[in-house]
Amino acid sequence: MSPHGNAAGKPAAQKRAKKVTLTLRVNGEDHEVLFAPHKTLLEVLREEMGLTGTKHGCELGECGTCTVVVDGEPMLSCLMLAVECDGREITTVEGLSTAKGPHPLQEAFADLNAAQCGYCTPGFLCASKALLDRNPSPTREQIRDDLAGNLCRCTGYAKIFEAVERAAAVMRGEPVPPPPGNEDLGGAAPAQGEVTRGA
Amino acid sequence: MMRLPAFKYLAPHSVAETVLMLSSEGPGATVVAGGTDLYPNMKRRHQVPKTVVSLRRVADLRGTHAGADGSLRIGASTTLMALERDARLKAERPALWAAVRSISTPVLRTMGTIGGNVLLDTRCNYYDQNLEWRRAINNCLKCEGDTCWTAPGSDRCWAVNSSDSVPVLIALGARARLSSPRGHREVPVESLYRDDGISYLTKDHDEVLTELVLPPVGPWKSHYGKLRRRGTFDFPVLGVATALRFDGDRVAEARIVLNGVGSSPLRCTEAEGFLLGKRIDPETAKAAGEIAFRPAKPLDNTDFENAWRKKMVKVYVRDGLLAAK
Ligand SMILES: Cc1cc2nc3c(=O)[nH]c(=O)nc-3n(C[C@H](O)[C@H](O)[C@H](O)COP(=O)(O)OP(=O)(O)OC[C@H]3O[C@@H](n4cnc5c(N)ncnc54)[C@H](O)[C@@H]3O)c2cc1C
Ligand code: SF4
Ligand code: FES
Ligand code: FES
Repeated sequence: MSPHGNAAGKPAAQKRAKKVTLTLRVNGEDHEVLFAPHKTLLEVLREEMGLTGTKHGCELGECGTCTVVVDGEPMLSCLMLAVECDGREITTVEGLSTAKGPHPLQEAFADLNAAQCGYCTPGFLCASKALLDRNPSPTREQIRDDLAGNLCRCTGYAKIFEAVERAAAVMRGEPVPPPPGNEDLGGAAPAQGEVTRGA
Repeated sequence: MMRLPAFKYLAPHSVAETVLMLSSEGPGATVVAGGTDLYPNMKRRHQVPKTVVSLRRVADLRGTHAGADGSLRIGASTTLMALERDARLKAERPALWAAVRSISTPVLRTMGTIGGNVLLDTRCNYYDQNLEWRRAINNCLKCEGDTCWTAPGSDRCWAVNSSDSVPVLIALGARARLSSPRGHREVPVESLYRDDGISYLTKDHDEVLTELVLPPVGPWKSHYGKLRRRGTFDFPVLGVATALRFDGDRVAEARIVLNGVGSSPLRCTEAEGFLLGKRIDPETAKAAGEIAFRPAKPLDNTDFENAWRKKMVKVYVRDGLLAAK
């Protein structure tokens, strides 16, 4: 049975948790990082390494926005200890693009407006990358199943599933239709710096 | 940010080392496997262990071994995703496979283990909240308070067994192997649980679950049905495992096990007895559902209205029996 600690008082260890130095392999590069052993990968990525592309939402496993790719599998960085990540290959949203440009998933999400507020997007991109690396031709059903741990409060998911299908086609070297233009937005896009307000 | 409280982190390499660490660290030490139950609980300050002993480096707890006789041993640290990708499990024990696949989300199943699922903390709407929320209601019996908000006046906790794999494991006759500094023992999975939301496990603090042992499937047919609001993320509000063994077209043995209706899994022995010697047709299945419905006592501490949840026991047992046939 797990002990029920005294939540009001701080456990003795809280006062001076001894830090450890560890080499974490993130986005293809080794980083020596110093952190306390109770820190999650999410905290270490964002707060020690400045990689704030990985978002924090619920921090309890209930939303998926903190998803990163670890050794080819999607993982929730909010529920993983960074000390358990030594020797593992971590990819965050910052590591998706290459010298050639953005990842086909990033292009497709932008082309199809699969991000609205964008808060869920890094998690969806990482979960989708893990999926496409494992299965280059997923069906709509498989995409829906695999992304069932990522919540989006804006898009209604359809655009996200379409974007994953589009990226998969691009990655297979198949031709895709040109992205819909701004006419879809019901008028010309505002000039840069111009402020538009609702009624 | 929801941050973990500080703790001492230990990473043993063997079961023997793990149990020694647990016993020398004392009751303030906790084992962690995937962490998908423990870490959210620690972030909400349900549990504030002094020491966390991680099973991550204990390699021999991972993986499955099929015996020549058709039995199956599943290492406690085998991830739920590894089981979901196991074509043989899907073919031979589809009810267990379906239960595993219904747990949480794909990314959580990639991290979470079957052992953690079997030993999952009990759940309650008044408990599964953050520290500030719970303080606002002056806490409850399960964590630092002196009232049960689900049943005020009750001197026990009614938090609910919500593990999807457990009813199926029990229905399939699985046994659990445990190791401690005092040696090994093997017990029926069913006997791991106690009908108490706080002290819900019978195992000792320094005992580690090492393996689940499933007997050969033989002629058994089984099914798992899960009731929840969304098709993903949600814990079972009701889970029903049914397993049947036939002699010709008559039931020779039946097992019906529920989760979500009590602090321990509930075995519907009366309904099981009723089915003996009968054919499974819609009338018999319906009648068994009516019998199973009686001892199920869901309280108002999970999603959905409890009277409706109780009614659903009839429906899920009936449908589960027809599906297992
Ligand atoms: C959003 C969300 C949704 C979820 N939905 C579901 C659901 O639908 N159904 C469901 O059943 N579960 C659900 N879960 C709970 C959890 O993810 C699973 O039960 C998972 O299988 C737990 O395994 P774990 O390895 O992560 O456990 P841990 O968190 O590592 O451990 C859980 C408990 O078991 C103990 N423990 C683990 N392994 C051992 C061992 N070998 N020996 C001794 N003690 C051990 C730990 O000390 C701890 O008390 C959900 C969790 C989240 C966050
Ligand atoms: S059943 Fe009662 S004591 Fe148990 S967690 Fe819920 S409110 Fe607390
Ligand atoms: S922040 Fe990790 S799942 Fe929500
Ligand atoms: S785009 Fe806003 S949550 Fe998904």
